[in-house]
Amino acid sequence: MSDHGHGQAHGEPTSFLWKYVFSVDHKVIGIQYLITSFLFLLVGFSMMLLMRYQLAWPQPGADFDPENLGALRGFIAWLFGETNMPYGYMDPAFYNQLGAMHGTIMIFLGVVPLGVAAFGNFILPLQIGADDMAFPRLNMASYWVYLVGGIIMMSSFLAPGGAAQSGWTSYAPLSVVAPTGQTIWLIAMIVIITSSLLGSINFIVTTLNMRAKGMTLGRMPIFCWVQLVTAVLLLLAFPVLEAGAVLQLLDRVAGSSFYIPKDMMYGDTVFPRSGGGSPLLWQHLFWFLAHPEVYVLLLPAMGIVTEIIVTNTRKPVFGYKELVGSFLLIGALSFVVWAHHMFVSGMRTSIANLFVTTTMTISVPSVAILTCLILSLRGAQIRFNTPMLFALAFLPMFGIGGLTGLPLGFAPTDLYLHDTYYVIGHFHYVVAPGSLAALLGGTYYWFPKMFGRKMNEPLGKVHFWGTLVGLNLVFFPMFFQGMWGMNRRLADPTLHLHNMPVQGWSTVILGGAILIAVSQIPFVWNFFWSIWRGEKAGDNPWQSTTLEWACPSPPPHGNFATPPVVYRGPYEYSVPGRKADYWPQTDAT
Amino acid sequence: MSAHAAGTNTGISNAKLGTWSFLASEVMLFGGLISAYIILRSGSSQFFVPPRAMMGVPLATLNTFVLISSSVTMVLAIAAIQVGNVQKLKRFLLCTIGGGGIFLMIKAYEYNHKWHEGITISGSLFGSFYYTLTGLHMVHVVGGMALLSYIYWQASRGDFTAASHDRVECTGLYWHLVDLVWVLLFPILYLL
Repeated sequence: MSDHGHGQAHGEPTSFLWKYVFSVDHKVIGIQYLITSFLFLLVGFSMMLLMRYQLAWPQPGADFDPENLGALRGFIAWLFGETNMPYGYMDPAFYNQLGAMHGTIMIFLGVVPLGVAAFGNFILPLQIGADDMAFPRLNMASYWVYLVGGIIMMSSFLAPGGAAQSGWTSYAPLSVVAPTGQTIWLIAMIVIITSSLLGSINFIVTTLNMRAKGMTLGRMPIFCWVQLVTAVLLLLAFPVLEAGAVLQLLDRVAGSSFYIPKDMMYGDTVFPRSGGGSPLLWQHLFWFLAHPEVYVLLLPAMGIVTEIIVTNTRKPVFGYKELVGSFLLIGALSFVVWAHHMFVSGMRTSIANLFVTTTMTISVPSVAILTCLILSLRGAQIRFNTPMLFALAFLPMFGIGGLTGLPLGFAPTDLYLHDTYYVIGHFHYVVAPGSLAALLGGTYYWFPKMFGRKMNEPLGKVHFWGTLVGLNLVFFPMFFQGMWGMNRRLADPTLHLHNMPVQGWSTVILGGAILIAVSQIPFVWNFFWSIWRGEKAGDNPWQSTTLEWACPSPPPHGNFATPPVVYRGPYEYSVPGRKADYWPQTDAT
Repeated sequence: MSAHAAGTNTGISNAKLGTWSFLASEVMLFGGLISAYIILRSGSSQFFVPPRAMMGVPLATLNTFVLISSSVTMVLAIAAIQVGNVQKLKRFLLCTIGGGGIFLMIKAYEYNHKWHEGITISGSLFGSFYYTLTGLHMVHVVGGMALLSYIYWQASRGDFTAASHDRVECTGLYWHLVDLVWVLLFPILYLL
């Protein structure tokens, strides 16, 4: 058991297999998470590209010739099969599968593993001056369990009837009567929850127990604070979804009726169950996880943005205590707002009022964080490098995402906007141009630490502008469509006449999606080219103060040659009377 | 391990802090399920509670007693290693594992009996909850017994001393939680 204490946690492995594949080193595991989650993001994005292609031209025109499909439609019909894409048009059941899997993959296998597991694993132990995570073997287990969960999730496309198709929310009773893919979804979720549980325990113990000498909680960088809050959210919220998933699994395979009401009609017969359950129970259990999950998607991004902004403004962060307090408050409040996702479920107005109140309250710390970050820019000599561009873009993008959420937090306006593209636009602004932009910025920012070389700046700027313009072309028109009343979750919105006037925007959105896709090519090239050929970075390429820059790039096994000692807070920039404009935490004088 | 605990920032060893975090998540897991039970039991018009005679309260009371006793022997096991008595530690660990075993056997008898009386997992909401809650608890008992056996094997190997026995304490914490969950399940499933 001595291997779990402080000090050298484990010896350095020498064989390739133990060094790079079954590694217990937090840095290798972080990079494994980084690459795997980027791959899942690519898979989830490709699904979306296909869906946007369908939505741009949902129906054959009058001059459509089924014999002669045309190159693109013929290719797509051949690639995905005639049952999924007949004549190159999407079968609604296939659309539902892609929709459910896009959400699931992006959230549980893409953004959360990238923000929490990849950056958290790599950066958190470095920033607090630890030689590794508290439980290195648990850390490795967490990655491999995650990978297995992801593979199980993807394998559901091979199940009879296809993958899960009841939305990423898997609302009962639809999910209970859905084909086998849903069972695989539930099993995969339970596996992924297990992985997240192992990770969150590790993060909490590491942050609380493994800090270097002098690294008090009040001297921790903001990124460490958000990782701590995020880990607590994951630890406490995910088991409730696990409980809900177990009940849904039993409803599907053991014939129980937790979510099945008495005498439910299915098709034209009564569904043969004893009944008495409540579909709303699932919604409550699901959103009890899924609202904190929103903050799990968001908080690591905010932490990354803070780090990048502080480094590139050469100023102390505005309101360190206010930021930490706001993150803690968000963490606590995120457990009492979940039912604002359910205003249309027919809940009592008194209960709706309660959740409107808590929802409006949680927007206060969110706005406080954004305000602190904007005020951090005031009067600064800003360095406009690629990570900073992504961090700066996060501010207005998250602003749009957050402000458009207010009408959804009020029950009366939500009743109108719910189930329209407005909702899709809103939460994607938070997650895609918001969180994901910040995570891309974090990749550029910490790449020199991970691989010892910088990423190429001009290519990074091409990537940034293409991605930013593309994302806005995709998501801003959704507000127009949604306010007009265009329904989401339809493979062919033109079937409803009221959707027709805003259908044209779907072509613009497809254009934006293609622009995003193309803009990722310089990123992928830049990433792999820079690993081997990039400009050598040195230990501290951004002249930053925090501890991850006090060790070599890339850090060796065990990170620090001697245990670091911390003398001051994390953001001592441009301190009057000092020659250098940054004062590292480890400098004694 | 305990020797290292002084080196951590909180003064609590990593293993123990990790165990407490894990227990917090377990509380949320059972909390979610028990909340679902309470909500449907109080809210559903189709929730029929079987008569108490069918539930076999005396046997369940005996089972509660067995599990609480095993918690007591767990405490005695930790007390033994705190003064460095490995023989006594091993004896009380065996008692604890035995307690879990008796609990499982009584539970198996109960399951068989209830199933034949018509309380099945698909028959009624109560049955569904009964088998889900007690089943998940049983999985935890089995897991705890595996953990205790592993600790027993390590104790035989001479891994634990008065100064270093963190794993025994962490296993004890987990076993107490398993016990506590049953103390909650017993009244809400059998008595109310």
